[in-house]
Amino acid sequence: MDTNQNEKEIKEQTVSADGESGIEKTDGKKKIEFPEFLTVTSSPHIKSPDTTRSIMLDVIIGLIPALIWGVYIFGMRALTITLISVASCVLFEFLTQKLLHRPVTILDFSAAVTGILLAMNLSVAVPLWIPIAGAFFAIVVVKQIFGGIGKNVVNPALAARVFLFAWPGEMTRFVNPKTAIDPVSIGIDADIVAQATPLASLKHGELPNVSIFDMLIGNNAGCIGEVSALLLAAGGVYLLVRKVITWHIPVAFIGTVAVLTFVFPQGGANSLDFMLYEIFAGGLMIGAFFMATDYVTSPVTAKGKLIFGVGCGLITVFIRFFGGYYEGVSFSILIMNLLVWYIDKFTRPVKFGGKSNVKKQAEK
Amino acid sequence: MNSYIKQLRDGVVTNNPTVVQFLGMCPTLAVTTSVKNAIGMGFAVIAVLTCSNLFISLVRKFIPKEVRIASYIVIISGFVTAVELLIKAFLPALDESLGLFIPLIVVNCIILARAEAFASKNKPLPSIMDGISMGLGFTISLTVIASVRELLGAGTLFDYPVFGEWFSPAIIFILPSGAFLTLGFVVAAVQKIRNSSAERKRIEELKKRMNEE
Repeated sequence: MDTNQNEKEIKEQTVSADGESGIEKTDGKKKIEFPEFLTVTSSPHIKSPDTTRSIMLDVIIGLIPALIWGVYIFGMRALTITLISVASCVLFEFLTQKLLHRPVTILDFSAAVTGILLAMNLSVAVPLWIPIAGAFFAIVVVKQIFGGIGKNVVNPALAARVFLFAWPGEMTRFVNPKTAIDPVSIGIDADIVAQATPLASLKHGELPNVSIFDMLIGNNAGCIGEVSALLLAAGGVYLLVRKVITWHIPVAFIGTVAVLTFVFPQGGANSLDFMLYEIFAGGLMIGAFFMATDYVTSPVTAKGKLIFGVGCGLITVFIRFFGGYYEGVSFSILIMNLLVWYIDKFTRPVKFGGKSNVKKQAEK
Repeated sequence: MNSYIKQLRDGVVTNNPTVVQFLGMCPTLAVTTSVKNAIGMGFAVIAVLTCSNLFISLVRKFIPKEVRIASYIVIISGFVTAVELLIKAFLPALDESLGLFIPLIVVNCIILARAEAFASKNKPLPSIMDGISMGLGFTISLTVIASVRELLGAGTLFDYPVFGEWFSPAIIFILPSGAFLTLGFVVAAVQKIRNSSAERKRIEELKKRMNEE
């Protein structure tokens, strides 16, 4: 009797809640808004102090040292590019979410992280409209059209970088450290001489003319945020300590590249030298620690992450050795991003007391 | 007359062969690098499709069911050869830029699909109309895709520069990957329009029913 009454009350409450605030008539359009206690979410219902915002803040903190180094070594233009990139990413996120009537989530900083990563993957000598075009592609095309944060298929910043190779001349012009470039002019002077990056030298079968120590601290030509292997690794360790990322992907990724380049040095170079140059050159560090570990576009299980990392490493080395481009990190991560669904499917953990897929197959 | 208008609307909008039925993807992705190519390809397909639809409709009662596909292909390839020779003779520049894709019209899915789905079951006049409207739908989709690609990838339309000196073309749109990107966006836009019109209809029906109650 008692329980019956309770149930009835609850039912009445629900109905009244529905009737009062459920359906509102605004401008003749029907708008259905359910009160919060009626919102049903799927499991798991574990609460954790981590929010998207706190994780993104940790990622930004991890990226800051390498970014400051980039500004120090390439001049104020690097800062201009970063600011334009971050501002346009946030703006595009805001505008698309308004346009698509989605909740505006610019304060979770995920767009800002995309902006920072995009800028760190550009050369300091790009025209200033390049980061805006990249931000448009990253946020509007790759992220929002596919459904917003958590639903993008590939890493937005990387996809934007690859899209920006639509302008190959602008994207592949790298300059040496401490080259003076006007920080606010839209294009750059034609008399600024493009420099070969260490990866270009490695591709041509010779060791770069910078020392390994310079490569480690980041005193060489390259993208704004990729030059300092040491500071990027430090930022990666910070993320590891904060438990934002796990060790599997970076270790598998860098480890695979290290083993392959040590065993198969190109152009008759010393194995160890060649390996160290390959590891410190290009976007390997930023890719392995900050881009490949993106939650949305990496596998869930530890085993899956190892497979993902090894795959990234293999493709990177293949492109660097045999491909048309000097650098393969972006492409390798994007290709593996697309395979995450399969990796997750085949590394699905076995339920307690259940049978593994292999055993099931064997029984059939 | 009304049924012809409906056919035209069907071919161009509601059942557009390229962006709704996804037929003839190969020429759609390959020749849309410039508007000129797209229009040339489109008209070649209109010609072949109309003629083959008419012819197949005329002989539909004589063709044994078991060998119908082979017979259609023979008829289609006859018309394609004629069109190919005509283009070679009168539009050598177009022939140069379309190249292999003209003979490949033989295996264009749109033509075989319309032969199988429409011309083999209908009278000659509706079949001609079907050929024209489906061909027109194909041409319009190709032209839209090609204008986006040419505009962004080369900064030109019909080979005339549209933008000033400041524009730096994004060559990705001329490359194959740009074809997929543009096709995706055009399809998304068309689906959005189709869905919203279907949604409007549904809401109107709901309103009507509510009023009745």
